[in-house]
Amino acid sequence: MRSEGRAPLPLIIAAGAGLMFLLLPLLLIFVYAFTTEERSYVWPPPGLTLNWFAVTAQRPDVWRALLLSVQVAAVSTAIALVLGTLCAAAVSGTKFFGRETISLLVILPIALPGVITGISLRSAMSLFELPFSFWTIVLGHATFCIVVVYNNAVARFRRTSGSLVEASMDLGADGFQTFRYVILPNLGTALLAGGMLAFALSFDEVIVTTFTAGQQQTLPLWMLEELIRPHQRPVTNVVAIVVVLVTFVPILFAYSVTRRGEEIAGGGR
Amino acid sequence: MSVDLAPTTRPHSDPPRPQGGGKSARAITPTGRLSDLFWRRPALLVLLMLVPPALWLGIVYLGSLFALLLQSFFSIDEFSGLINYQPTLSTYAQLLTPANLDIIVRTVAMSALVTLAAAVISFPIAYVAARYATGRWKAVFYLGVMLPLWSSYLVKVYAWKLLLAKEGILSWLFDQLRIGFLLDWWLALPVIGGSSLSVSYTGTFLVFTYIWLPYMILPVQAALERVPGNLVDASSDLGAAPRQTFRHVILPLALPGVVAGSIFTFSLTLGDYIIPSIIGSSRLFIGQMVYQQQGLAGNLPLAAAFTVVPIVIMGLYLWGARRLGAFNAL
Repeated sequence: MRSEGRAPLPLIIAAGAGLMFLLLPLLLIFVYAFTTEERSYVWPPPGLTLNWFAVTAQRPDVWRALLLSVQVAAVSTAIALVLGTLCAAAVSGTKFFGRETISLLVILPIALPGVITGISLRSAMSLFELPFSFWTIVLGHATFCIVVVYNNAVARFRRTSGSLVEASMDLGADGFQTFRYVILPNLGTALLAGGMLAFALSFDEVIVTTFTAGQQQTLPLWMLEELIRPHQRPVTNVVAIVVVLVTFVPILFAYSVTRRGEEIAGGGR
Repeated sequence: MSVDLAPTTRPHSDPPRPQGGGKSARAITPTGRLSDLFWRRPALLVLLMLVPPALWLGIVYLGSLFALLLQSFFSIDEFSGLINYQPTLSTYAQLLTPANLDIIVRTVAMSALVTLAAAVISFPIAYVAARYATGRWKAVFYLGVMLPLWSSYLVKVYAWKLLLAKEGILSWLFDQLRIGFLLDWWLALPVIGGSSLSVSYTGTFLVFTYIWLPYMILPVQAALERVPGNLVDASSDLGAAPRQTFRHVILPLALPGVVAGSIFTFSLTLGDYIIPSIIGSSRLFIGQMVYQQQGLAGNLPLAAAFTVVPIVIMGLYLWGARRLGAFNAL
C-alpha cells in the first residue's frame, strides 16, 4: 500500500522522533569511547582522547574474551549451517507427517525466553555431570543458531523452482552432482547470509551463555560483569564499540548479499 | 506409495547388480547407485537429512527442557537443602505465596506496559515507512530499524545506563531545558520513581521498550504494506474522510501485525533477567527469580516451576493470537 502526496506533519514528527529514539543511544556509545572522564558517566564529556584504545589493546583479559567469543561463534555457526540446511532441505523438499512439528522444534529455542533454554541446558549438564568447557558453550549457541540458518535456507528453497533440479536430472546429472552444481550455488548466498547472522547472534549472546560457560568469559560475559560491577569504565566503552562493529559488519554484509541474490533471481518479491 | 514387490522397490536387499544391469549406466559408481536409491525412495533421503538436526534438537534441547520440567515436580528439603525426588505439587503451590505472586504480577504488568508503549511508538514509524517513504528514505527507515535490532543487546543496555545515570545525558538535558524540576517530581512519585532514573521502574520500562521496539515495528510495517491500495481508494470514493478510512479500513487490517509484534515484545520482556538487574529497582522479575533460585539458592525445583509460568502465559497468548490471525502477519 502506498499513498500519494505528503504525510501529515504530526505523523512525520512522530515517526522522526521514533527513529531518533532508536538511533541516538547507539551513537552515544561512540562518543563515550573518547571521553577523558574515568569514574563517572558525566555528560557532556570533559575532553576527548584516543588513549583508551591503546589501554584496551594491552588488556590480556579482553583479548582472551574476544578470542573465545570468535571461536565459539565460528564453531557454532559451522554446526548450525550443517544442521539448519539439512533441516530446511528435508522440510521444503517434501510433505511428510510431523513436518509442522519439525519447524516448531527448530523455532522453539528462540521463541521461548533465553533463560529457559539456559537453565534447562545447565540442569541437563549437571545431571550428566558434564564439566563446563568450550563445548558446553557451543552446545547452547548452536542450538539457537540453527533457526537463523534454517529460516534463510527455507526461504531460498521456496524460491528455487523445482524445474531446475528436474532439468539437471534430465541432462544426466545424478543426485550428488545436482546438489553440487545446481542446488548449492543457488543456496550459496542464503547460507552466507544465514551464517553471518548466526555468527552475529552467537557473538552477542549473553543469557544462555551465563548458564553454560562456568568460569570462562566470552566478550559479552566480560561486559556483563562490567555492567554489574563497573570498575574500568573507559575500557568498557571501547569494548562496546568493538562489539558493535564486529556484529554490524556481518549484518550489513548479509543484507547486501541477500539483496544482490534476489536481484539475480529476477527481482523476486 | 503402492505396495509393489518388484525388486527395484526394495533396494536394500538387492545384491550388487552387474554392470549395465540397471536401467541407467550411471548406476555403476557407488555414488550413482546411492543417488538412484534416493531417487526411488525420497522418504529415505528426507529421513537421512532429518536425523542429525532432529537428534541435536531432540536430545540437546527438548531433552534438557523435559529434564527441567520434571524438576518442577520435585521439592526441596527444608532442612538438608537437598532435592527430594518424591513427585509433588508443593513447589507449584509455592508460586502462589504472596511474595512469589508479586513477582509474577510485576513481570506480567511490565510486559503488558512495554507491549502497549512499543505498539504506540512503532505505529507512526511503520506507517510512514510503509505508506510514504520511497527511495533513500526507505533505506533510512530500513537501517534505522535494522541497526538497533541487530546491534549487541548488552551494548544497548549499556548505552541506556549512560543515558539514565544520575550525572548522565537525560538529567543534563532536563537541566539545560530548565525543566529539571519535572524529572525530580517524576522521581519523587511512589512505585515508578527512585533516587535516579537508572534505579527506577521508569528506567527498566524505558530500556525494555527501546530494546524490543524493532520487534514490533517489523511485523506492523509488513501488515501495513499488505493493505491493498484499492481498499483505501474505495473507502475515500465512498465518502470516508481520511480519519474514517484509517479507523475503519487501515487499523483493522494492521491489527494482526500489532498482535504478531506483541508476541515478541511480551515474550521477550517476560523472560528477560539482565535488564531489570542492571537498570531498575532491586525488586525481582520472573527471569531474575529463576536465575537466583537455580544459582545462589540452589532450589532447582522452584526455579523450574518459575520457568513454567512464562511458558504457560505465552501458550495462552499464542492461542489467543492465533484466533486473531496474527500468524499470517509474521
